[in-house]
Amino acid sequence: MERIYLDSNATTVVDPLVKQSMDPFFCQMYGNPNSLHRFGTETHPAMSIALDRMYSAVGAADEDDIIINGCATEGNNTVLKGAFLDAIAKGEPCHIITSQIEHPSILHTCQYLEKEHGVEITYLPVNSDGLVTLESLKANLVPRKTSLVSIMWANNETGLINPIKEMAEYTKEHGVLFHTDAVQAFGKLPINLQEVPVDYMTFSAHKFHGPIGVGGLYVRSAAPNTALLHGGEQMGKKRAGTVNVPFMVGMGLAMELAVQHIDYYDKEVRKLRDKLEDAILALPDTMIIGERKYRTPNTILASFKGIEGEAFLWDLNKNGVAASTGSACSSEELEADATFQAMDMDNNLSHTGVRFSLSRFTTEEEINSAIEIIYKTVQRLRDISSTYVGP
Amino acid sequence: MAKNDLLGGSLWDNYSNKVADRMDNPVYQGQITEKEAETLGARLVVADWGAESCGDAVRLYWAVDKKTDVIVKASFKSFGCGTAIASSDMMVELCLGKTVDEAIQITNIDVEKALRDDPDTPAVPPQKMHCSVMAYDVIKQAAAIFKGVEKGILDDDEMVCECARVTLKTIQEVIRINDLKTVEEITDYTKAGAFCKSCIKPGGHEQKKYYLVDILKETRAQMDMEKVRIVEEPFTTRSPFQKMRLIENYFDAEVKPLLHKDGGDVEILDIRDGDEGTTVIAITYKGACMSCSSALTGTLNFIENGLRDKVDDSIRVSVQ
Repeated sequence: MERIYLDSNATTVVDPLVKQSMDPFFCQMYGNPNSLHRFGTETHPAMSIALDRMYSAVGAADEDDIIINGCATEGNNTVLKGAFLDAIAKGEPCHIITSQIEHPSILHTCQYLEKEHGVEITYLPVNSDGLVTLESLKANLVPRKTSLVSIMWANNETGLINPIKEMAEYTKEHGVLFHTDAVQAFGKLPINLQEVPVDYMTFSAHKFHGPIGVGGLYVRSAAPNTALLHGGEQMGKKRAGTVNVPFMVGMGLAMELAVQHIDYYDKEVRKLRDKLEDAILALPDTMIIGERKYRTPNTILASFKGIEGEAFLWDLNKNGVAASTGSACSSEELEADATFQAMDMDNNLSHTGVRFSLSRFTTEEEINSAIEIIYKTVQRLRDISSTYVGP
Repeated sequence: MAKNDLLGGSLWDNYSNKVADRMDNPVYQGQITEKEAETLGARLVVADWGAESCGDAVRLYWAVDKKTDVIVKASFKSFGCGTAIASSDMMVELCLGKTVDEAIQITNIDVEKALRDDPDTPAVPPQKMHCSVMAYDVIKQAAAIFKGVEKGILDDDEMVCECARVTLKTIQEVIRINDLKTVEEITDYTKAGAFCKSCIKPGGHEQKKYYLVDILKETRAQMDMEKVRIVEEPFTTRSPFQKMRLIENYFDAEVKPLLHKDGGDVEILDIRDGDEGTTVIAITYKGACMSCSSALTGTLNFIENGLRDKVDDSIRVSVQ
């Protein structure tokens, strides 16, 4: 087997059907959709179908907005900075509640707003299961003061699923806006915004076998909607910039396919994930973060005692397996794995995390091979290790 | 540099081939037993440095010849990333055949340079340089064990970052060698300031004797002074601004670091022309210097004599 991709929380392979749907819009129907002539207008039916697919995939009402943008980072920035700009416009102070385990596109934006603009930010901790709790939100939300709550639906490193429905209902009861970054949830969990009263939700096509470089921001009808980009009149003046037709078309189909495969994901991807997880746990001195029942079906964050995360990735990569780690040495940050720190785990394990994330294109053969390679890697690196003393 | 900065790339792309080779196949990985050392007529030394919680830990084994103090065999074990493993492997190689006293002279810079594929291209990107610092410290630790002394005695330097175990000398060296201009660069190169952050500037959870912001400022000032000395120009013909810069640099490089060590400080209030072609520098003391009995005698002489010696003979110092 040439190489095995187990880093699907970073990005996914584009579904061949999705690519096929995009192809005509590069060299045949390439008109600017804002143009009056036929080159432009002939793209409209496909864009309309794409929007229908997106609305249907998340259970949005026709009165709600789904704004097509460049990525979830853009969507997250739009919501957070929009809350700040909205507060300024009303002459009110801005208070945002988020959590310690959010993606950098939330955390760094909050830190920017906090430092540069004096926005009050509350970072909710996680409990021993790695989850943000409703109780923690209740303890920190201040009605008539809190401007926005932003909590991720599922965590990118652990796959742990937060109680978004309960939190959204609670904030709604208290008249506070609620945003969720659903990048790691859409396509892995059933999502129906008719049942979950979030005001804003961000998602990104490349996490569910769509192309990289296109995302969406759901905005419930009547929720404030401040544009981040001003310019032309695209997206109902809510996000300027020529619409990327092929990518929009691709994302629409990718969302429809993701919903169609949700049962397969829950059964078959979960089965493969559990097989890999069981094999890892069969090794001595290993640990998986978070109980299975609280996690998306495709994600494992494993700790291999005595082995530093980047060294593990190096060996896996050499043997054709792609995985990931959030700890210091794999990234340009120097600190320990943020999730381990937020969960207040044993400090000695904070550099030992390795994330394996599957997709619906992952095969059993790949998992079998990956298990063999993981076993060899653990053996070699524990032999080198100065801290591993054996089971 | 802007275009090259736009695409981050993988850290691994910036590893030398030697780093990659040593990561994949470390030559000196393993341990030495008491029995094996005895067979070699050597004394076994086992030294640990670092911690899992910091992301790097290493154990160094030396078999030191009982008669000559030469390290006849060495090996290591490591909890760390690829760079840490490769650095440890090279560090062991550099120790071999040297006496313990010679091995103490090996620095992290030596280890990194030995891992380069060509002399002008660093073996690892700046943010991974800290992994070679570990090698520097574990050698000192092994030597201390061998000599039966505390490691600190062998340090000709003071610890600035306890978390990453980075000393004043190391920080000053990397600033000079790599022409570093920001604290972030120091952290990239040494890992100092990456963890509890107390050593970056005053106000952290722990009070420190040295702070990276001060070390950077003082070392840069020393570097500027050295440049000025190279391009000699009479002090008296310089503009008031140039005079001010020169004197400030001298204070930052030579005076303040010494006063800071005793909890004192000094501030320049004014620089003006005095009688008979003299230049008068008005200063005021701060901190511990304010109540120090030698502030108006020994300390003042030290400041004035230094300025006259290293800047210009026309200078007089007045305390206000």
